[in-house]
Amino acid sequence: MDLRPRSHPTYLAFVVHRVSGLLLALFLPLHFWALGTAIAGEARLEGFLRWADNPLVKAAETVLVVLLAAHLAGGLRVLALEFLGWRRRQKDMVAISAGVALLAGLLFLLNVA
Amino acid sequence: MSTRGETHLWVVQRLTAMILAFGVLVHLVTIILAVRGGLSAAEILGRTRGSEAWLAFYGLFALAAGLHGAIGLRAIAAEMLGVRGRVADLAWLAVGLLTAGFGIRAAIGLYV
Repeated sequence: MDLRPRSHPTYLAFVVHRVSGLLLALFLPLHFWALGTAIAGEARLEGFLRWADNPLVKAAETVLVVLLAAHLAGGLRVLALEFLGWRRRQKDMVAISAGVALLAGLLFLLNVA
Repeated sequence: MSTRGETHLWVVQRLTAMILAFGVLVHLVTIILAVRGGLSAAEILGRTRGSEAWLAFYGLFALAAGLHGAIGLRAIAAEMLGVRGRVADLAWLAVGLLTAGFGIRAAIGLYV
């Protein structure tokens, strides 16, 4: 079996895009449902936010921010490829996408701490 | 699904992607700025209550996210689990619209 194509950074980008998309799509209904329920009054929302101060929730939120930024940056790369024909420098674009995702996670952590 | 139907889904997936590119960027910047000094219900509702601009933004964002997520899940289920066909397609449509509905409900909750 020839594994060469899978060693290319764009294959890793495909996997990251798929896994982040899957996790975000599974999280989305929970996020909307929880927010829609918690928003039923200021006191209730405040209670939900104080529950979310839990370090474990903050850690999960950081992962979600990284997943969202990774899916955004990876998605922009796909759109640029499909609509603008940006076929060159794919490795650089994959590296930039990874950088954007990690930067978003770092900025979130710095602000939330 | 027919080739024409698949093409329509591809177009919807790209159109929602373009809406989401803008929406996610605004969402991430809002999150990173809002968490500074801790989140409070008063601060969030102070920003969104009575704001037609935020209602329109979150409503469109939720609709695009719900549809985009369901189309993505449909592709993964078809490719990796072999889940295909009319019943599956109707189920994915329901998932997309239900998710979007939950999001729009939350957006209205932030507005009123």
